[in-house]
Amino acid sequence: MENILEVKNLFYQADEQKILKDITLNIEKGSYVTFIGPSGSGKSTLMRILADMINASSGEVIFDGKNINEYEPTEYRQRVSYAFQQPTLFGKTVKDNLEFPYLVRNKEFDRTEVSKYLEMVNLSESYIDKSVNDVSGGEKQRIALLRNLIFQPEVLITDEVTTGLDADNKTIVRNLIDKFNHDNGVTVLRVTHDDAEIASASKTIRIENGEMK
Amino acid sequence: MSNLTVSNGSLALGFVLVIVALIIGYKEKLGIDKDIVIGVVRAIVQLSIVGYILKFVIKTNDIWLTLACFVIIVINAAYNAGKRGNGIPKAFRFSLLAISVGTIVTLGTLVLTGSIKFVPEQIVPVTGMIASNIMVAIGLCYRNMKQTFSDRHQQILEKLALGADVKLASLDILRDSIRSGMQPTIDSIKTLGLVSLPGMMSGLIFAGVDPVKAIKYQIMVTFMLLASTSLGSIISCYLAYKQFYNEQKQLNINLIS
Repeated sequence: MENILEVKNLFYQADEQKILKDITLNIEKGSYVTFIGPSGSGKSTLMRILADMINASSGEVIFDGKNINEYEPTEYRQRVSYAFQQPTLFGKTVKDNLEFPYLVRNKEFDRTEVSKYLEMVNLSESYIDKSVNDVSGGEKQRIALLRNLIFQPEVLITDEVTTGLDADNKTIVRNLIDKFNHDNGVTVLRVTHDDAEIASASKTIRIENGEMK
Repeated sequence: MSNLTVSNGSLALGFVLVIVALIIGYKEKLGIDKDIVIGVVRAIVQLSIVGYILKFVIKTNDIWLTLACFVIIVINAAYNAGKRGNGIPKAFRFSLLAISVGTIVTLGTLVLTGSIKFVPEQIVPVTGMIASNIMVAIGLCYRNMKQTFSDRHQQILEKLALGADVKLASLDILRDSIRSGMQPTIDSIKTLGLVSLPGMMSGLIFAGVDPVKAIKYQIMVTFMLLASTSLGSIISCYLAYKQFYNEQKQLNINLIS
């Protein structure tokens, strides 16, 4: 299988502290890779580098055959989308959030299409006009994840997106990510501490003290 | 004009008011006595020097000397506005450009429409009025921008992660910052005549000008300040926000307090 991401001899250092040490790994197109390891081991830093939110101190990341620094950052981040652990919702209404991916691509907001996506996470169309203050924590994460997925990315990076959610919300979020991986071939890189998620993972990579184990 | 003369004696008696402020500051332990003394001494020295310089400039009525006054005022205003943007790279340069453009456009419009004449007694004070208002506006813009980038940095990160360009990611902050720069001018316009009789109008009335004519000048000043603060705020904000990102369009964490 073809590699969509290749990480070569990656180091990351902040204030004299070495956070990532010589990480080398390949991610196959369409795979579902789970990153595990203790808190503070460097998993999130690695994900942020892969999402082009921060630069590595040295080493390189190749995406689709090209160094990620050679891409226009906005184009790269639309293709490799990063979902945060505790997302914030923008603006006043849910629409402000679900419209954002359209604004990014200079496209008209499509209410019908968005309603279909909302249905996938068990939310009705009426949520579009809801105030962001009227949605629960679990609903917030589901809506935030849709912002990443409405325009399907090639790689989805999820950084502990199910942490703090109740069982029902966890299932909805997991099913959504699984669906995009199985049905649409989206490559998924997942950071998690959840035992059930680790147990069901098809491929895991362990990071400890900034090193791959 | 004799009724406008303030004798040295009456000025000295007026100093009693400063002593009142000093006593209040001392009794209430506000720790501002030193600042009051420095402020008063600076005001006396600066205004005395400026008074003599203005007298000379007006008497000489030389275009280059008038332009030199313009440049000095604009640079000083930009320096002070830039200090408010401490931590934002190139804040002085952006302030200088914003204040220069705002002042030149507003002043140019006033001269070309015949509202004021290109003579030092009109150009120098009006330049001061415009530049100082833009200076305050830019200071507020910078302060708001630094604060909101810090408060909303998580939201910015999320927008960037969704593939937004830096302008789209910062649009809310840009709008808020521009608004914060213009708000004091808009608020003061709303209360003109009801709360305050502003400097220009009061000065003319003091000098014996018919209040109805003085009002016309004040209306002109109002238009002038509205135009200049909006120009200054927009230019400085649109230049400054990009400093919060690096070349890779990543949030510059070093600028976020």
